[in-house]
Amino acid sequence: MTAVKNISDAIRTGRTTAARSAEQVTRLLIDADKKGLNAALDWSPAYLAHEARRIDHRAEKGRLAGVPIAVKDNIATLDLPTTCASRILDGYVSPFEATVIRRLREAGAYVACKANLDEFAMGSSTEWSAFGRVQHPLDPSRVPGGSSGGSAALVAAGVTPVALGSETGGSVRQPASFCGVVGLKPTYGRVSRYGLIAFGSSLDCVSPFGEKVDDVARVLAVMSGHDPLDATTADRPPLTLDEPRRDLRGLTIGLPAEYFPADLHAGVRAALDRTIARVRELGAAVKEVSLPHTQYAVPTYYIVAPAEAAANLARFDGVRYGPRGGAANADLTQMYRDTRGRGFGPEVRRRILVGTYVLSAGYGEQYYHRAQQVRGLIARDFDAVFSAGVDLLLTPTTPTPAFKAGDKIEDPVAMYLADIFVCPSSLSGHPAVSIPVGRDEGLPIGAQLIAPPWHEARMLAAAAAIEGVVDAKREVRP
Amino acid sequence: MTWETIIGLEVHVQLKTRSKMFCGCSASFGDPPNTNVCPTCLALPGALPVPNAEAIRLATLAALALNCTVHERSVFARKNYFYPDLPKGYQISQFDKPLATKGWVEIDTAERGRLRIGVTRLHVEEDSGKSVHDRFPGKTAIDLNRAGVPLAEIVSEPDLRSPAEARAYLVALKQILVFAGVSACSMEEGSLRVDGNLSIHRPGTPFGTKTEVKNLNSFANVERALELELARQTEVLDADGTVDQVTMLYHAGSDSMRVMRSKEESHDYRYFPDPDLPPLVLARTWIEARREELPELPDQKRQRLISSYGIPAYDAGVLIGEPLLADYFEAVVAAGADAKQASNWVMGDVIAAWNDTAALEVSAPRLVALIALLAANTVSHASARKIFAEMRTSGETPEVLAERLGLKQVADTGALEKWVDEVLAANPSEVARYKGGESKLIGFFVGQVMKKSGGKADPKAVQPVLIGKLT
Repeated sequence: MTAVKNISDAIRTGRTTAARSAEQVTRLLIDADKKGLNAALDWSPAYLAHEARRIDHRAEKGRLAGVPIAVKDNIATLDLPTTCASRILDGYVSPFEATVIRRLREAGAYVACKANLDEFAMGSSTEWSAFGRVQHPLDPSRVPGGSSGGSAALVAAGVTPVALGSETGGSVRQPASFCGVVGLKPTYGRVSRYGLIAFGSSLDCVSPFGEKVDDVARVLAVMSGHDPLDATTADRPPLTLDEPRRDLRGLTIGLPAEYFPADLHAGVRAALDRTIARVRELGAAVKEVSLPHTQYAVPTYYIVAPAEAAANLARFDGVRYGPRGGAANADLTQMYRDTRGRGFGPEVRRRILVGTYVLSAGYGEQYYHRAQQVRGLIARDFDAVFSAGVDLLLTPTTPTPAFKAGDKIEDPVAMYLADIFVCPSSLSGHPAVSIPVGRDEGLPIGAQLIAPPWHEARMLAAAAAIEGVVDAKREVRP
Repeated sequence: MTWETIIGLEVHVQLKTRSKMFCGCSASFGDPPNTNVCPTCLALPGALPVPNAEAIRLATLAALALNCTVHERSVFARKNYFYPDLPKGYQISQFDKPLATKGWVEIDTAERGRLRIGVTRLHVEEDSGKSVHDRFPGKTAIDLNRAGVPLAEIVSEPDLRSPAEARAYLVALKQILVFAGVSACSMEEGSLRVDGNLSIHRPGTPFGTKTEVKNLNSFANVERALELELARQTEVLDADGTVDQVTMLYHAGSDSMRVMRSKEESHDYRYFPDPDLPPLVLARTWIEARREELPELPDQKRQRLISSYGIPAYDAGVLIGEPLLADYFEAVVAAGADAKQASNWVMGDVIAAWNDTAALEVSAPRLVALIALLAANTVSHASARKIFAEMRTSGETPEVLAERLGLKQVADTGALEKWVDEVLAANPSEVARYKGGESKLIGFFVGQVMKKSGGKADPKAVQPVLIGKLT
């Protein structure tokens, strides 16, 4: 029995109430705060109690009845502030809620808390939050990954069974891998972005975390589907899940050589070797494949995403909302400088500068347009293997387990390379899921499945089968 | 050798939609500030744009009316710049893949006759909000009602050779867009805006450096500002100076220009495809269906008015100046009036009344009845105009009004003889001169009788009575 199904069944059958679930979440949030996890930003017992009453008074409880969800603080919610962990949105409360939040609440779920993140989802360690770094639940000296580190840590610490993060370049799968939970990035266009505060609009995907594959699958099923408020959602019905499977017979699993470099971390390699052995035992055909443009994914990503971000973050100008900088008599330019110079942290400023540069006159062709071409080549790599009989790809999610806080904060490129295995499928829009497959010296290691577009059901059924035969908490190197 | 003038125009017209380009807010003009706004047009965090299908339909109609090729695939792009009345910090526009390209507008010019002026492109974009500088002393207020209102930008080829041609192009362009029903094209309400580009060069040599002229709030000002800029550039180049690539601002109050910004200060807009909006894909069959939907356009209508009604080309040109007036003219003829009579009335008193109230207050059958009274000599022309003026506000027929106002012409010999006798008695010296051979004085006597009768005497009946008395 998985957590989401457990809670919603219990509430639907009257074995418990949302009020009791909310009281428990309140206690867990207080405990997490005491431990200094710093994963939850805004929440309140009163709001939780209010939401619980809303659910308990409903006649039709819904598929996610009473399921508490931690929500990354770049997703608009009513009542609680939405800050993107940035001073520039300090205290901002959205007058509307994201489509995903509306759908989840309509299905009976509720927002447990807003979760910490790297400011505007820019980072891979959740050290770039204006409200302080998030601790790894298993080792406070380490990072939980990022940018959805708060959401990942809350699920890993058992505060909420599921959480929403957002992916632009691996920001859910990478922290899921670091924290030992499941992180699911859907196909781009599967889930509405309305209410997700934009970073890289052509890449951004609301993506769930969960303890188990079944948890994230149920959340995705509820929040997926066309949204008239988001022109980039596909005109498709919500996701329907496959029957659970106990084996992988009839499936061909590809292992892309570029994701298993010679210098891959020994613990990660051992965990993947063990997982591949299990996959074979489950009856899948395993074959080595090549995605030759993989090495260009991180540099391509760090042109495309900042270019879009520089435009997306232009609206934070102090004119309509958020703290306004500049003295009362400052001229317009000074007002902009003060508002944005003080409101944005160093990593956000860096990306705005890079993004402005790569589109500026004389450089657009060389950087942005070239990067778009390479992005096309990366997508073609995937299309080629999937059209050559491969059903799913299996790779490590990250090149190493969670690193120490402070290790990469001064070296942006080293930080960016933590996303080397998650960036390509973000650029191509393919769905992917990271599941925990073992531990090395106590730190979780994740494996990633990547599927053809719109084949989340196949991918999730396979991931659940693998999850069933891999002991995620066992050390991989005795 | 003289300078040749090269002018191109960029025209923005507001598309006549009920709602904005990328959200459901009302696009109406003149509402209290910041009342037609929502998360999308306020650029609140997380809000997204969704294109307005009606705006796309109107822009397509406009493009077809301007003889453009409408593309099956066009791309929305972000034009990035910071300004407080631009909420997102970028404008959603179209850049390298516009909705339509390669059209033309035909104009009549004094020096070069009938010309085809190329339309380089027509693309769809959203308007910015308004910065209000004169409402709060020392402060600028922002009204975002206009932010996100749909616009079509129409860029001409540099085919215009004088400020007068530029004006003729604008008149023709506006007429086409109004006929096509895509825009109100009111410069007063800002639903039509013009920027001009002008350069001069020696014929046969490459084009000179162009400057942009902005803040043009009437067609007359466009012509005037371009004349000023032409004079300025001519003076600079005649003195062997160089023209800098600048943007000039016209100030109508002082009839002068000043430099608004230099090339160095110009924006780098960093256009790129808007990732929030998939490419705009229009089926060829849909585009062709829009072509079928196009109403009769000014040139077609002009030709038809000339050939169907036999009115002079001048009259047809005046009548199509306003589509409703042309329709009214046709209704008047259909109700039984002579075409030339109808055209004279529409071009005269009807247009004057229209300019006054922007309404057609006298129905076509009433005008036909008035024209009939005139044709039957029941009223004089002057009286008919008085009756017309009265008909604008009264519900009475022209016959009733002629009676009530005492404007019916008098052809009754008894009444006429009385007026004639009085006039002759009052002007003995003129009578003597007439009798002495100055026969053209008959006109003077007719005029006096008309005056005496208060305009009611029928001049055709007055003359025989006069001649009878004088001989």
